[in-house]
Amino acid sequence: MWRYIAQRFLVSIPVIMMVGIITFTLVYVGPGDPAAIIGGDEATPEILARIRHDLGFDRPYIVQMGDWFLKLLRGDLGTSFFSGREITELITPRLQPTLSLGFQVVLLSTIIGISAGMLAAWKAGTRLDKYLMIFAVLGFATPGFWLAFLTIWVFAVNLGWFPVIGYKPIQDGLIPHLHSMFLPVMVNSILASAFISRITRSAMLEVLREDYIRTARAKGASEFSVFLRHAFRPSAIPVVTVIGATIAGLATGFVLTETIFAIPGLGRMLVDAIVRRDYPIIQALLMVVATVLIGVNLIVDILYAYIDPRIRY
Amino acid sequence: MAEVLLKVKNLSTLFRTEGGVVQAVDNVSFEVRAGETFALVGESGCGKSVTALSIMRLIPTPPGEITSGTVEFEGVDLLQLPGREMRAIRGSKIGMIFQEPMSSLNPVLTIQSQLAEPLKIHMNLSSSAANDRAEELVNMVGIPDAKTRLQQYPHQLSGGQRQRIMIAMAMSCAPRLLIADEATTALDVTIQAQILDLMQDVTEQSGASLLIITHNLGIVARYADRVAVMYAGKLREVSDATDMYAVPQHPYTVGLLRSVPRLDSDRGAPLTPIAGEIPDLTDLPDGCAFNPRCQWAVDRCFVEDPELEEISPGKQVACFEHASVALNV
Repeated sequence: MWRYIAQRFLVSIPVIMMVGIITFTLVYVGPGDPAAIIGGDEATPEILARIRHDLGFDRPYIVQMGDWFLKLLRGDLGTSFFSGREITELITPRLQPTLSLGFQVVLLSTIIGISAGMLAAWKAGTRLDKYLMIFAVLGFATPGFWLAFLTIWVFAVNLGWFPVIGYKPIQDGLIPHLHSMFLPVMVNSILASAFISRITRSAMLEVLREDYIRTARAKGASEFSVFLRHAFRPSAIPVVTVIGATIAGLATGFVLTETIFAIPGLGRMLVDAIVRRDYPIIQALLMVVATVLIGVNLIVDILYAYIDPRIRY
Repeated sequence: MAEVLLKVKNLSTLFRTEGGVVQAVDNVSFEVRAGETFALVGESGCGKSVTALSIMRLIPTPPGEITSGTVEFEGVDLLQLPGREMRAIRGSKIGMIFQEPMSSLNPVLTIQSQLAEPLKIHMNLSSSAANDRAEELVNMVGIPDAKTRLQQYPHQLSGGQRQRIMIAMAMSCAPRLLIADEATTALDVTIQAQILDLMQDVTEQSGASLLIITHNLGIVARYADRVAVMYAGKLREVSDATDMYAVPQHPYTVGLLRSVPRLDSDRGAPLTPIAGEIPDLTDLPDGCAFNPRCQWAVDRCFVEDPELEEISPGKQVACFEHASVALNV
């Protein structure tokens, strides 16, 4: 098992390197000249050249990339063009809202998704099953931004139960924090759990047809034990895969969510950086997101091996 | 005569499929006596497995449904029991072994946890007591190095070993009846014999009855005390095993025996397969379902379906022409 984990871990290093090369190159060849933005409208060609020289943009591509990688290794994400501050310093306060949102959504959608899916499989073919699955189809057919605006309009504007905007950090207390995050967490969780529940249901129903389920019943196991002990774990592989994919989807979805709900997280920071062509921030954030996703993949791979003892790559 | 342990009477089970209603088990009656080995024989799809699953009430419903009959086990009709009491019988008083050793064990649970499960359910053993007992069971079914095996998963064992584990599991609570549903079909011939010998040993030691479901007449000849031959959902002949081989009285039994090679026949003597093919169960012929393939069939066979009747002590046949069949063999 440890050997397998170490193996998966080592494999992710070249993947991160590749992501770094692609990220750097995309931004390097992308349109827009940061020197022109920094220099403003009245900058003369000489001033622009000097800005480029100061920022190191007149050096060859390979040298710039090598320089960027070396700094990354030291944990230095670079300096913002715009504010001139260290990016690590800029990112730190932005981490909490995004991580909190992500954690709540993953936790909630996993719990809701798996329980709804198992309930539907347990009651397969009944009315309850049909209603649950209608909700699930509606859930993943609904565009996130539309649902976001709808909930704001109903629960924040009309009913006034939740703030329209106004993020409260955990330092202000857990309850106010959860209250201020309620709508974005709900919107994302509904969408994500819809998909998880459908996959859970179909995986469970497939496993319930297996011979070893019949063996379990022939042993005298109760239906409850057949469901939880014998059927759930073998059907967890596709479910874990989908939860992993959900987290990947959230990483991009947060750009939208944080913008709509005015949450000062990494997603908003990325949008702002793109608008200002603050290249070092874009590069740094893409690297952070990519690393998180590779980490999620690593965890999913390890979970596979834990769930199914036959899996050893 | 030993007392009757299992008495199946007028059992009918059907499946509602898209192609129509399949009467998989049609008015089947037989008895298994205490301590005997009873074989249920027939081709694939004749309803023998469905009969076994009906006894255990493991028919998936829907599409399956037991429509009539009684299954008396130790004097109690299993079909009338509430689910909870039926579960208390499964795995404790009746053990069952299935055909596919590859897929009949849960791939994600250790052998130990699967073996200990019935002990915990039915005998209220603590985990450590159940685990100790599981080790004894693995030794009993002749798998070496029990301690290591218990910690392993099914995919780390061979097919024969897995079937031994299935036997250990089915026998763990000392059942009165062991049902082996094609338990050796998927195994090599040499392993088949080992597994069957093991099943016979463990049931003989505990005095349990053994219900073997098979299409293999060799197994029947070697292990069974009594035999029931099944065709298209109905029993056609029930008899002592030795009698059946000596004087088969149903044309289908004759056909089955003729299609098996015998050591005492002349060298080069041809085998005679049964002409025609198994009828479509959704569209059975009128009268006796075997009539399209029967060389003895008379007019009556095409309009009337013969019932199983006792023609001599211990011998039941469902054929109007059984007397001429017996003479002709």
